[in-house]
Amino acid sequence: MELTLDFPKVKEIVESYTEKVDSLIDSYAGNKEQLISLLQDIQAEFNYLPQDVLVKISQKLDIPLSQVFSVVTFFRAFTLKPRGRHVVTVCLGTACHVKGGSRLVEKMERDYGIKPGETTEDMRFSLETVNCLGCCALGPVVVVDGKYQSKVNPDKLDRVLRGYK
Amino acid sequence: MVEQVRKLLEKRVESPAELENLRQSIAGKRDTSRTCISVCGGTACRAAGAEAVVDAFVDEIERRELQVQVEMKETGCPGFCERGPLVVIRPSKIFYQQVKPEDVPEIIAETVLGGRVVDRLLYVDPSTQEKVTYEPDVPFYKKQTQNILGANREIDPTNIEDYIASGGYSALSKVLTGMKPQEIVDEVKKSGLRGRGGGGFPTGKKWQSCLDAESNIKYVICNADEGDPGAFQDRALLEGNPHSVLEGMIIGAFAIGSHQGYIYVRNEYPLAVKHARIAIEQAMDYGLLGENILGSGFDFTVTIIRGGGAFVCGESSALMASLEGKIGEPKAKYVHMSEKGLWDSPSLLNNVKTWANVPLIINKGADWYSKIGTAGSKGTMIFSLVGNIKNTGLVEVPMGITLREMIFDIGGGIPNGKKFKAVQTGGPSGGCIPEKFLDTPVDFDELTKLGSMMGSGGMIVMDEDTCMVDVAKYFIEFLKGESCGKCTPCREGINRMSEILSRITQGKGKPEDLDTLEDLAGILSAGALCALGQTAANPVMSTLKYFRDEYIAHIEQKKCPAGVCRELIQYSIDPEQCVGCLRCLRACPTGAITGEKKEPHTLNQGLCIKCGACYDVCKFNAVVRQ
Repeated sequence: MELTLDFPKVKEIVESYTEKVDSLIDSYAGNKEQLISLLQDIQAEFNYLPQDVLVKISQKLDIPLSQVFSVVTFFRAFTLKPRGRHVVTVCLGTACHVKGGSRLVEKMERDYGIKPGETTEDMRFSLETVNCLGCCALGPVVVVDGKYQSKVNPDKLDRVLRGYK
Repeated sequence: MVEQVRKLLEKRVESPAELENLRQSIAGKRDTSRTCISVCGGTACRAAGAEAVVDAFVDEIERRELQVQVEMKETGCPGFCERGPLVVIRPSKIFYQQVKPEDVPEIIAETVLGGRVVDRLLYVDPSTQEKVTYEPDVPFYKKQTQNILGANREIDPTNIEDYIASGGYSALSKVLTGMKPQEIVDEVKKSGLRGRGGGGFPTGKKWQSCLDAESNIKYVICNADEGDPGAFQDRALLEGNPHSVLEGMIIGAFAIGSHQGYIYVRNEYPLAVKHARIAIEQAMDYGLLGENILGSGFDFTVTIIRGGGAFVCGESSALMASLEGKIGEPKAKYVHMSEKGLWDSPSLLNNVKTWANVPLIINKGADWYSKIGTAGSKGTMIFSLVGNIKNTGLVEVPMGITLREMIFDIGGGIPNGKKFKAVQTGGPSGGCIPEKFLDTPVDFDELTKLGSMMGSGGMIVMDEDTCMVDVAKYFIEFLKGESCGKCTPCREGINRMSEILSRITQGKGKPEDLDTLEDLAGILSAGALCALGQTAANPVMSTLKYFRDEYIAHIEQKKCPAGVCRELIQYSIDPEQCVGCLRCLRACPTGAITGEKKEPHTLNQGLCIKCGACYDVCKFNAVVRQ
């Protein structure tokens, strides 16, 4: 599925998922306090948090939109922008840092022009960082679409990313 | 449907006596002499390919029709992540490391059927070059006391019967049948257990104030928002033995009179979330959670809430705000959370490891428990030993063991012949400890005296190639991103420290910068609202205290002695060493390296961005970093 930033298309996609969104929100009906869990489920479904859906959550769960928005922007896990086809997560925990993890972030910026939180124009990659995945024996660790890559150096990163079009 | 209900009713255990019967019947059905292949199913071993190994074993066992003779088990993490995927063949406990799917047919043919050891899969002790055949003889494990973590290797975390067979929920039976809430709290107090999540607050004292708080509604919370980079022991416990955490929580709930519990767990730990969920469901089915637990009339349920990825949510009041569906900003604690916490009700919040210690204390008694450890810190502590260390993994040792024993005897020392420089403990709130304090016994108070702290048990070893100014900058950058921004000293103070440290690492530091850093540190510790800000300067202060000469080298000589800070280093090619292999030339992203095949290459400093790609690929030590 090709996602682009233009709003009508996003809207179209959201509409096609209306049922899914409704059932997700309804499963949390009456559980205002589980807002974060609901947002996580929505994001797992869409890869990001579409604005329409946030409005819907606010109305259905009776939470001020400002509160929904503050939670979304406070927590690192949430994003308001559609992400690329492949999410590249570089671990920047201390162990990965002392083994050279930050050089991989620099490489992504050099080769693909994206900083953490950004997506390439062709929607191929989104770059994220995480503060520790707890696989310190395997560091530096990079996760591409949920698959863990161990002992990654800039050279290996190249080879790995070639497999994701 | 009727069938399902009937099965549920059959599973339900109605009394402590029934639980004992169930334990006996599970044990009776199990043949301890039967071959059991256990594969570590922890996140790190999975990342190293453990799932494919499990699949290969299942296929091979089916192909040879060995289902009756051989049992297959995916267990929790026993700690030796460095050598994963780990496979142990029981009952003899033959230990294979770094196993690949293609090794599986040989293991089945040779070891399982032939009774012979596959030599090449054995662990070789790097210090003696001797092969180790059996798991308990592995030096990494030998010096540990795995009171909490030990069960991980025996049980399948998705099967409650494994936990019950190993004596699980007997502590719960004990409290429900004969202990009054005050007796339980007294036992925890007497054990000397201190909170394993960071501050080391006496657990019994916290329980007492929750018990004393007058309210119809009280909450019990497990803090599994393990945010310290380089620490993963909470994940290993929740993944590998979730019932031990649940049992601790149920006992805590019974002691203070709570009926609702929460596990607040990082969403970055999907396997821990999954296993905790399965454990809760199974405990409900068996009547160990829910209404009328073990027929005692006591009700308690546990809900899992996944965190949103904010470090500050490890702080108690921020965690509770997040549980309420709000942003995770800490509150000033004029009143303790144990009196007025979640939705303003008394709330008992403990770390995963703290909860997992509770069944042990109840079962074996506070007297037994308090014999382990030092005067002020009782019991064992699980550390994650990571960084520049030979044996990366989880290490459970009695409090009071020295840093040297941990790093050199258990951790195997520093790899690649490098020298030890410092060990960082306590995560972003902790500090860096230099070599001269390696004989310090590790406990809450000793680490604090050195300007560091125990924290959640992260222990990051750094070798001579680590720049301590860069490490301080790393932690300050980390905290800059994680400060919630509510109080000014933290929001502004950390930002200013970050600017100064960046300046120093770029060679633009001024001598007075060090005084400014110290001033800012004083303001942070005195004025910040929560522990994140109050301790934020620790990494800077400890490195300033023990590695001041490195700061001075950056500021005065404009040099980074470890060769890390980019603006202060230079790469060049030694024509004597260069054989002209073209590797660095191809690796260079900016075309700064030129030269012909079999001719020494040259590096154009004007084009060099100091990414270090040439340094990494050179096999002849021809790329020099100065």
